[in-house]
Amino acid sequence: MTPNQTDRLATRFIQFLVLIVVLILLFLLGDIIISGLPHISWHFLTSPASSFSAGGGIRDQLFNSLYLLVLTLIISFPLALGSAIYLSEYAGDNWFTSLIRTAIEVLSSLPSVVVGLFGYLLFVIEFHLGFSILSGAIALTFFNLPLLIRSIEGSLHAVPNSQREAGIALGLSNWRTIRGILLPMALPGILTGIILSAGRIFGEAAALIYTAGQSAPILDYTNWNPTASSSFLNPMRPAETLAVHIWKVNTEGVTPDAVSISAGSSAVLIIIILLFNFGARAIGNRMYKKMTGGK
Amino acid sequence: MDDIQKKLALPSKASREDIIGRIVSYSCIAAIIILVISILYFITSRGLATFLTDHVNLWQFLTGKDWNPGSLNAQGKPQVGALPMIVTSFSVTILSALVATPFAIAVALFMTDIAPKSGTKFLQPVIELLVGIPSVVYGFIGLTVVVPVIRNLFGGTGAGILAGTIVLFVMVLPTITSLAVDALRAVPAYFRSASLALGATRFQTIYKVLLRAAMPRLLTAVIFGMARAFGEALAVQMVIGNAVLMPHNLITPTSTLTSQLTTNIGNTIMGTLPNNALWSLALILLLMSLVFNLLVRYIGKRGEIKS
Amino acid sequence: MQVYDLNKNHIVTPPGEIALSTNQLQVNYGNSKQASMVDASLSFPRFQITALIGASGSGKSTYLRSLNRMNDRIATVHGEIMYHNTNINSPKVNVYEVRKHIGMVFQKPNPFAKSITENITFALKAAGITNRQELRQRVETSLKEAALWDEVKDDLNKSALALSGGQQQRLCIARSIAMKPDILLLDEPASALDPISTAKLEVTLKELAKNYTIIIVTHNMQQASRVSSYTAFFHLGHVIEYDQTETIFQTPNIQATHDYVTGNFG
Ligand SMILES: Nc1ncnc2c1ncn2[C@@H]1O[C@H](COP(=O)(O)OP(=O)(O)OP(=O)(O)O)[C@@H](O)[C@H]1O
Ligand SMILES: [Mg+2]
Repeated sequence: MTPNQTDRLATRFIQFLVLIVVLILLFLLGDIIISGLPHISWHFLTSPASSFSAGGGIRDQLFNSLYLLVLTLIISFPLALGSAIYLSEYAGDNWFTSLIRTAIEVLSSLPSVVVGLFGYLLFVIEFHLGFSILSGAIALTFFNLPLLIRSIEGSLHAVPNSQREAGIALGLSNWRTIRGILLPMALPGILTGIILSAGRIFGEAAALIYTAGQSAPILDYTNWNPTASSSFLNPMRPAETLAVHIWKVNTEGVTPDAVSISAGSSAVLIIIILLFNFGARAIGNRMYKKMTGGK
Repeated sequence: MDDIQKKLALPSKASREDIIGRIVSYSCIAAIIILVISILYFITSRGLATFLTDHVNLWQFLTGKDWNPGSLNAQGKPQVGALPMIVTSFSVTILSALVATPFAIAVALFMTDIAPKSGTKFLQPVIELLVGIPSVVYGFIGLTVVVPVIRNLFGGTGAGILAGTIVLFVMVLPTITSLAVDALRAVPAYFRSASLALGATRFQTIYKVLLRAAMPRLLTAVIFGMARAFGEALAVQMVIGNAVLMPHNLITPTSTLTSQLTTNIGNTIMGTLPNNALWSLALILLLMSLVFNLLVRYIGKRGEIKS
Repeated sequence: MQVYDLNKNHIVTPPGEIALSTNQLQVNYGNSKQASMVDASLSFPRFQITALIGASGSGKSTYLRSLNRMNDRIATVHGEIMYHNTNINSPKVNVYEVRKHIGMVFQKPNPFAKSITENITFALKAAGITNRQELRQRVETSLKEAALWDEVKDDLNKSALALSGGQQQRLCIARSIAMKPDILLLDEPASALDPISTAKLEVTLKELAKNYTIIIVTHNMQQASRVSSYTAFFHLGHVIEYDQTETIFQTPNIQATHDYVTGNFG
């Protein structure tokens, strides 16, 4: 075989492998959407789940997922922001900084089940929070922090140094420069990072099954008092999310229509995550354009 | 003393703001450090209880084949042999990485060298979508598609290492691919042009120059993929069969560290041996993720020196 | 390259009021043992323009940035910087106040990604000025002083990033002088500008020198001789000669200066 023939053959082979990967994705999406869409109905989205009979919906699970997402972001965003500001603006080039970076790397490489078990051990059991949305949100925070810190730090890092100097040279404090000049410029990147992490949070289940729990008590959507036990806003109640629901109906095997419920739920999950992804890109681009004066 | 001189000597609003800024950002960092330390501490202390409180022999734990922590064996010792799960975890990890790596490198090469423009535009979203699919959905598809196919082809239940490998292959594929793309992009353009100018074909350039120059970072990419596979819980748990048996082939039900943990931690009582033994499995997971981390660093360092 | 005796120098102290002076200033970047600036002792006359000239890498920016402590995070600065009877190089001094009184304009225009008005008012508000009337007044005055008012007065809410390079640079000057500093430090402010913008900028500077003490780094010797009354020549981190601009350009005392201003350097 001449080198040129080898070259052509190798290229064909690479193209073949790429084709398979694309087909896998198409198959996955097709399977989820085609087998899931028929099960999605208004009834499916708005009625509570039923464990032992067919025809249950995912109303509460869907709401729990969203509520948990919001709570998680409320807890993790400020922490991630503060840490990212430290890393990008205050950290010197020394052993302490590399220790922190190592710690964050370790956190990001921990399997989510380990993070979930830690949350279970510390919050559910030691701190007596029980299986609750709050425990779940804290566990998801741990799981979410490293990625969010990295994306915020990256966005801050991308702001040209001349902007920092411009602020400092006017006698502004570093803090004011960060808040008033750097953060607004980094905002598109930060928002994109948040939305992408929202997608990850939304689909996560392993960190939740022993923190937010696997049961979805009937919720009262008219009770706005977060301390009432049946209130949908109560952060201390157990809350099965959509992702956990898919896992549970499949492993418990008591729900007769487990397959169609999982198919419908998977489709809902994927559609929402796709929306997050597209939203992240659209918002990022749009804000970037706006900020650079349309140029 | 004039006015300006006084101002220069006294703290101002700006100095106070900066103190606030420091307090805020330092506290966040402190929280992160405390968090990581407490994760390491709590999991370690729980995981060691099996050996320190229940006096299980570490060697027997790592090499024993019988897992039934609730009951005693013929010698009156608790049956806490974790070897089946350790073997299964490593099997699915290594197999899925082995299968995924050629695909990942092919996709990466396609994006960086074969069709840089259209390839990136088209494949970048493909990778992002694959990353975005939650693991329970992978598990569900594994359960409804992969397991039945295996069952029909080979008989048995269909659950086992093969099913786990297939599911994990798809899950680690995007991880390895996107890091491999970074690795290939980091190879300076003149490596390529020099090789092509010497008359090498594209494949020769890729094979002899590109992959070699990018080798350390490609290895890192594979290790990241392995770390993800090793720690993946629910998708694997849904297709592996969850029987704690030494795997004899690829298609009998077995159990990984993660699947055993997720299945049973809620069914055991805190502080008892069956519960402690599960925390020891969690400790293995934790240690392995540290090992993967160290490997990445080690390879990263060696790669630096070479170039 | 010709080797000059770096310890041979000629440095005068201008008569009259001195706005700022340095004494034995030495700068080391990072952990470097090699000083990028050695023993610089200069006095800058009040309400005059002083030019800093010298080859690339001679330490002009290093010196200038030390004057309002912009090097704090990247370098160690030894020696004294005297301003209003205070050594502002001391760590005890309120560095934010220093920078309020000693403003700086950079080589590359660096407006904020905000509107023209906000570019000017942002630091003013941070400094505690909240009166709208006063803010508007300061915007107008500073833009007029920086000779930008006529060009932008109709779209003050436009993004500053939509201005031309020359306009952006004048906006940066306006932003600095809106803080009513005493001293204005400019690091090659005209290097990114075309000849017309440069000429405008020079007129602006001369106008400003009535109320401000100006220290300007420039590579352009015509510019130095056109605008400044005193000139310092830097070489390899040393101040070689400091005197009235006329003397520097016509009858310098040191061979190195002579070679540099006549273009026979190196
Ligand atoms: N941030 C920095 N870190 C380390 N060394 C630096 C840094 N900035 C400048 N230097 C070094 O200090 C010396 C003086 O540099 P400086 O920028 O002051 O020169 P300059 O006279 O302003 O030159 P130019 O006319 O090119 O702007 C140079 O040798 C340069 O390499
Ligand atoms: Mg310079």
